[in-house]
Amino acid sequence: MAKQIVKMTLNGQQVEQLVDSRTLLVHFLREQMNLTGAHIGCETSQCGACTVDIDGESVKACTHLAVQCDGSDVKTVEGLAENGVLHPVQEAFYEEHGLQCGYCTPGMLMRSYRFLQENPNPTEDEIRTGISGNLCRCTGYQNIIKAVQSAATKLQDKETASA
Amino acid sequence: MIPPSFEYHRPSTVEEAVGLLSSLGSEAKILAGGHSLLPMMKLRFAMPEHLVDINRISELSGVSVVGDNITIGAMTTENAVIADPILNEKVPLLPEAAKLIADPQVRNRGTIGGDIAHGDPANDHPALALACDAVMTVVGPAGARQIPASEFFLGTYWTALNDDDILTAITVKAFPDGAGYSYRKLKRKTGDWATAACAVVVALSGGKVSHIRITLTNLGPTAIRAHDAEAVLSGQAVTDELIKHAAEKAMAICDPAEDLRGDVEYKTAMAGQMVQRAIAEALSRAN
Repeated sequence: MAKQIVKMTLNGQQVEQLVDSRTLLVHFLREQMNLTGAHIGCETSQCGACTVDIDGESVKACTHLAVQCDGSDVKTVEGLAENGVLHPVQEAFYEEHGLQCGYCTPGMLMRSYRFLQENPNPTEDEIRTGISGNLCRCTGYQNIIKAVQSAATKLQDKETASA
Repeated sequence: MIPPSFEYHRPSTVEEAVGLLSSLGSEAKILAGGHSLLPMMKLRFAMPEHLVDINRISELSGVSVVGDNITIGAMTTENAVIADPILNEKVPLLPEAAKLIADPQVRNRGTIGGDIAHGDPANDHPALALACDAVMTVVGPAGARQIPASEFFLGTYWTALNDDDILTAITVKAFPDGAGYSYRKLKRKTGDWATAACAVVVALSGGKVSHIRITLTNLGPTAIRAHDAEAVLSGQAVTDELIKHAAEKAMAICDPAEDLRGDVEYKTAMAGQMVQRAIAEALSRAN
């Protein structure tokens, strides 16, 4: 019962799916679309492991219904790399070792990706506030901050190069 | 955790939404940002048979000014409150306090109206609404009506809203020139609710207090306005001693629920600290 047709742009592709209205976006992504990048951590919008981008804003996919995304543009960590080339944010996390166990990483990447568009040249304090909705229980924050700083530089260099 | 089954409705006007609420009765709930309701549904604390999603009703979002009155659409998100130039200029308490609510992702979804309509004493906007003398615009089957914040919060998860009402807007007055303001919130970590919090708005005339509001978050079954504490400062040239005295008056009306954030004694003591700090900061900004 209570199924709805949902159309959305998902990582640049048009998708049309029949969705139970109670299905949370994170379950829709993982179980129906086989995109297991967004992780289910706390399920209570505390940890941010499920962070995705909806219409240009970071959202916790565990506290959002898939039916609410009808007509939306959704991006997950699977949509970050283009043509097999890592996004500068991914590259920076790799180089700066911005992960330990990796569980929080998809959420950290998606939040950092959006945060650096909101604030392309952040201070360390602004980074800490900007990613305050994402928890790393390995407590690997120092390298995560370094990775975001490095990603900011990479993105700005890229901007300058293309200007 | 998956919410129980429900029928999903997505009206595009307030009229359509009120019509749905009237016909569906008490089994329907409004879905605003969803960051209180969906967690409650996952835990089966709420099991509505119908969700009426008002996110696509564009007239419910945004900030507008008519004279001294600033009207904030109920579906304006916390991040939109933080970024809004009108609010930052005329009611700076609201954007400053909104930065202390939840975290960046949640603030993209959480709305000022949802925070108020939920009736949770731990939410921050009820005390802020009391501090700003806010007036709620509520639309029901009989049309629109205005409810002052002082008559809106009736108990825990209990407001003046009927089942078929929608809170559509919150109207506040621009602060008087030179008004000082502060929101001091003690919390254990980012995203947590207040252990104790206090909002203060103060204006001075000839060095004496000509306008004062002192309101409290999560220190009773609803947000509280500390009238006796205000009376201590009203008309006075404020001294440290008077601030302490006002804080004692505020502590006297605190009735917090004991939880993992602390017992009643601790929370009441912290309330006193937040009141003192908020008064001091508001005064330091007033001129």
